[in-house]
Amino acid sequence: MSQKTLIVEDLNVEFAGQSVVRHLSFTLEPGKTLALVGESGSGKSVTARSLIGLAGEGAVVRARRLSYGGVDLLGLSERQWRRLRGKDIGFVLQDALVSLDPLRPVGKEILEVLETHHWGDRPSRAARVLELLERVGVPEPALRARQRPGELSGGLRQRALIASALALNPGLVIADEPTTALDATVQAQILSVLQGIKAEGSALLIISHDLAVVAQLADEVLVLRHGEVVEQGPMQQVLTAPRHAYTRSLLAAVPAEHARGTRLSADRNQIIAPVARHIDQPVVLQGHGLGKRYVGPDQQVRQVVQGVSFALRAGHTLGIVGESGSGKTTVARMALALLDADDGQVRFLDQPWNGSAPARVVEQQRRPRRRDISVIYQDPLSSFDPRWTVSQILADALDVADTPVAEQPARIRQLLQHVRLPAELGTRRPLQLSGGQRQRVAIARAIASNPKVIVCDEPVSALDVSVQAQVLDLLADLQAELGLAYLFISHDLGVIRHVSDEVLVMRYGQVVEHAPVDQLFEAPQHPYTQRLLGAVPRLPGAGVALKVPPVEPENAVLLFDESRLWKIAI
Amino acid sequence: MSDLIFESPAVPLSTQRRPYLLPVGASLAIGFLLLVIVAAIAPQLFAHSDPLAIVPREAFHPPGWQHWFGTDQSGRDIYSRVIHGARLSLFVGLAATALGMGIAVVLGLLGGLGGARTDRSVGWVLEILFAFPSLILALLFVAIFGSGVGPLIVATGLGAAPGYARMVRGQVLAVRNAGYIEAARALGHSTGRIISRQLLPNAMRPLIVTLTMGVGQAIVWASALSFLGLGARPPAPEWGTMLSMGRDFIANAWWLTFFPGLFIVLTTLSTTVAGRYLQQRLEGRLP
Repeated sequence: MSQKTLIVEDLNVEFAGQSVVRHLSFTLEPGKTLALVGESGSGKSVTARSLIGLAGEGAVVRARRLSYGGVDLLGLSERQWRRLRGKDIGFVLQDALVSLDPLRPVGKEILEVLETHHWGDRPSRAARVLELLERVGVPEPALRARQRPGELSGGLRQRALIASALALNPGLVIADEPTTALDATVQAQILSVLQGIKAEGSALLIISHDLAVVAQLADEVLVLRHGEVVEQGPMQQVLTAPRHAYTRSLLAAVPAEHARGTRLSADRNQIIAPVARHIDQPVVLQGHGLGKRYVGPDQQVRQVVQGVSFALRAGHTLGIVGESGSGKTTVARMALALLDADDGQVRFLDQPWNGSAPARVVEQQRRPRRRDISVIYQDPLSSFDPRWTVSQILADALDVADTPVAEQPARIRQLLQHVRLPAELGTRRPLQLSGGQRQRVAIARAIASNPKVIVCDEPVSALDVSVQAQVLDLLADLQAELGLAYLFISHDLGVIRHVSDEVLVMRYGQVVEHAPVDQLFEAPQHPYTQRLLGAVPRLPGAGVALKVPPVEPENAVLLFDESRLWKIAI
Repeated sequence: MSDLIFESPAVPLSTQRRPYLLPVGASLAIGFLLLVIVAAIAPQLFAHSDPLAIVPREAFHPPGWQHWFGTDQSGRDIYSRVIHGARLSLFVGLAATALGMGIAVVLGLLGGLGGARTDRSVGWVLEILFAFPSLILALLFVAIFGSGVGPLIVATGLGAAPGYARMVRGQVLAVRNAGYIEAARALGHSTGRIISRQLLPNAMRPLIVTLTMGVGQAIVWASALSFLGLGARPPAPEWGTMLSMGRDFIANAWWLTFFPGLFIVLTTLSTTVAGRYLQQRLEGRLP
């Protein structure tokens, strides 16, 4: 393994005269890990791409010094870059499904790197491919090497991608959001693979928006915002004693570490008005023994949901957590009666809502009652008609609530105000809005008909952590103001912990554990829940905070005191 | 460790933004189509002589100052006839495309929304229709119902319908699974409202381009049918009919067939070029 140092001094990147990265400097030594942290648009990916000469068309890369192991990277020709990429610098892209050729077995993908750089002879290359797959923890490497990306799970794909980046033992590995979009347990596996790379002496540059992931790997952290470094220093220092307000707000926005009822975004001292959470609140939405089956292409019946029961009380939040494929979205769609239940039934406001044969409800009967239940999706953009403006989207929802056309403009302004959006946004189309604004529009549409229940299907999974914090706060405010009940679905345990009163843990279509939120997170009963919770990366010291016994009143005050929060956490 | 450092010059911007200009081809095509449309609405603006006036002693005049496109065997002014023919040809093209698309929307909606069994039946009907070349199908229709402008439109429209139907069905299948359709269902909108306000408008959007090009195609088909004597009857000034009438004199008087043929080609070409331009605009590949 080569012992080379990456030196970046005063890196600046511009696109069409617009500066996207300014005055970035760092040194990365072998065996060390540097994390670039920031939200979308902060310039972290562009920085990483500049380091391998792929900043993109029209990019102007300037630096006082940009060198790797004594080689000046600024003056390299395209041919010289190609010799360096893969051999000396490995690059792990964010989305394994997009980055891998869908028609090529993953083994070939890794083989190609070896061939391009003339590594060894044919038999030794084949052996090397298997060795690499095994090294990144792919079970049955000989079988997997012959499979195409589509036949592999997300975690295996990501590992295959890492294997191809490691093929030639590069001294520097750059990983752009390597665990984003992966389930908690898979994420934990990928993190341990990356830790292995580091232990073997390679330098690792990791780009992430997830501070908890960064805490697992980094020696040094560089926080970027709008292309500028706001904070730079050793990981422990940055994550436990941040100097810059922006770093503090990023840390504060992590939902898992903050009790329910606390604000995640600005104004943290203002506590969200407590909702009367009495057990005697009426049950508004109830599922009983829900089941759903599909017949696969091989005529085999697949039971995707089995025996799921739940009860959601007015003004409460019921969280459903599980990894991808656990059936949580199927349950949500049955709760919304967008999907017929094959077994069991759903009752909504004490009347039959969805069910199998004897309890079957016809859509025509259901339609007038739909105004009492609405939905927020993970991807708000696809849930809006692309031709419509924000006002038209909201007017369409108001039609359902029988709001007279004459009153609609006033009501639209009111709805936008409710979700903290300026009224001018009404004339825009969803494509012209940011991710957070789109989700606010989706929320405005969901509350347009004054529903009693909102089903939230991964509503914040696609958002940056600070935007996620604002949306979660908004949902909490609306719950308090309007007395809404949420059926909240997420794969993110931190989010679930922050929002829920009660939690259902799902796996393979079944509920494995159902408990009040504190009980579930403090004393998980089922081994799967324990494993799931164990797989979640934590901020330094936060694990201790979670085990702190129920806070006494004076400590509770401390918890809301921003400046002292981290002292408790450590 | 010693690192060699060089001051590196900035990479110049390779792509400069240029002020937006309509491409030459597209502007020519759109200009020509506009002229054809004006000619169809008000032919007297371009041609002052009567397209049907017979002047036997002026028969077979080659193109010249008096008769720009020459005269035919009966001494009729070909320029005037071509200009007046724009109305009939364009009308047939538009009407046939509209009819074809109308049938296609019905079949496409049936196939896309009607469930697996209906979809399969529609699929069979379309495949049978596809098995016949459209022109043969149109011929069959004209043979049964007789010639004339009405049957010409119906025959051409029927010929075009299966192709459109397949596209509509594909679009409907794609759009019906869109998030905003489910969102509309979750809001509690009725099926009829979802189809008319969201499904159809969104499904038809990418077909606008196809329709533009389809008009050109329909003009060619209608001309072909007229050429075979199955469409507009002589002496009506229709481009296909004019081609057919000039066919006998092609060796001695080329202008009888050349000018109507030129206009068929130019019109079709223009709709295609304009359609492609429109497509690039709508798909965002041009500013």
